[in-house]
Amino acid sequence: MRNLLDTISLSSDEAVTILDVAEDMAGTQRREVKKLPTLRGKTVVNLFFEDSTRTRISFEAAAKRLSADVINFSAKGSSVSKGESLQDTAQTLQAMGADAVVIRHGASGAPRTLATSGWITAGVVNAGDGTHEHPTQALLDAFTIRKRRFGDDSRGRTLEGIRVAIVGDILHSRVARSNLWLLTTLGAEVTLVGPPTLIPQDVSAWPARIVYDLDEAIAAGPDALMMLRIQSERMNAAYFPNEREYARSWGLDAARLASLPADSIVMHPGPMNRGLEISAEAADSPRATVLEQVANGVSVRMAVLYLLLAGERGEEGEIR
Amino acid sequence: MSTRVVLHEADIARALTRISHEILESNKGPEGLVVLGIPTRGVALGNRVAGLLSEFSGTEVPVGSLDITMYRDDLSRHPTRAPRPTSIPPGGIDGRTVVLVDDVLFSGRTIRAALDAIGDIGRPAVVRLAILVDRGHRELPIRPDFVGKNLPSARDERVFVRLADVDGVEEVTIAS
Repeated sequence: MRNLLDTISLSSDEAVTILDVAEDMAGTQRREVKKLPTLRGKTVVNLFFEDSTRTRISFEAAAKRLSADVINFSAKGSSVSKGESLQDTAQTLQAMGADAVVIRHGASGAPRTLATSGWITAGVVNAGDGTHEHPTQALLDAFTIRKRRFGDDSRGRTLEGIRVAIVGDILHSRVARSNLWLLTTLGAEVTLVGPPTLIPQDVSAWPARIVYDLDEAIAAGPDALMMLRIQSERMNAAYFPNEREYARSWGLDAARLASLPADSIVMHPGPMNRGLEISAEAADSPRATVLEQVANGVSVRMAVLYLLLAGERGEEGEIR
Repeated sequence: MSTRVVLHEADIARALTRISHEILESNKGPEGLVVLGIPTRGVALGNRVAGLLSEFSGTEVPVGSLDITMYRDDLSRHPTRAPRPTSIPPGGIDGRTVVLVDDVLFSGRTIRAALDAIGDIGRPAVVRLAILVDRGHRELPIRPDFVGKNLPSARDERVFVRLADVDGVEEVTIAS
């Protein structure tokens, strides 16, 4: 694997390999010494043009557990605020010896530009770009669903036949897109739920069922209910009347939680807006996988960095 | 290219039986033994050795597998390898006598990596090494404690261990 830019181009086998390697990484995190020497001498740069705490920390923890050196770069207070271009920033990092660049950018496609422009030879990991994709989030969600469903017997399995409902702001959500592509590739059935204003205009080509009513989606008994964050920074138009109205129609409250099947799980990529898209009862219930998702995020990102950096950096290669 | 069979099915069985007796002899019984196989074929051999140890001593000897992929020193020289599962028996390895089992001992670098991996999991009292085929050409100061067969070989020859539970055939061959 040379770069991880999206989940739409991952095959089922590739995705299962990443998840299986993540199982091994999770196994090492139960040891007395959690640090592995695998990426000693490699440098990972976290290049964050948008605010993020958990994704950056998660990548940082993952790189450090594999003994890589980590350089954190955030656009605020850097030369980017003085008007430096992406090309110059990237080439500066390359000159400092970066082996991998983990990039989050407000513009969809920025990671691809970085990976394909020839500016740098380092591996590129997309940590969220605009409204395009957030592949490692989808991988950790898939990992969490698989782990809850199959436990220690997860290795090698796809998500064949598992039904997932993704609820909320589909329009702006890169998490929803990455999950849609990855989960359907792995054989899951995906339903997208939200107000019509927050569903993209033409989704006829998407491999998903669209439902505008959360109660209808819950009545269908999904195996996993993924609540998306209402991103107030992207709510630049009147997408819904007000927050109370949204919470009443599309928020997961105690009554909706109770009507879910007993073994279905409630997921949230975080950070949660308690009382808006998810109630405290749902967020704190044993069905909520929010903290498991965080823990699994480190394992999945370790797997991605391992597959990207450990082997010989050749052409786009198969994982043996 | 010529291929020659060095060990047949019966030879492998005899070698493993002898190794198991030697392990029990040097350990003065089964107390504290933990067998760890190194993937892929070391795991199959480790399971057989642990089975024989349990059979000969009448005490269940715990067995697990130890993946060393992430401790290799040549990762960046080859295409990416997917790691294999590591499973440590519930009792752990602290204070135990760990017997590492692998199919072929060549440069010794795999065993170096295995020793590093063990150090991250716990602190055994003793670590021993059991090998089905020792073909020489060590690059590190590592020697086996229990050997199925010493096989003098040229550096460019290739030794293949095939086991019934992994490959469907049971034999050791050398190709030059």
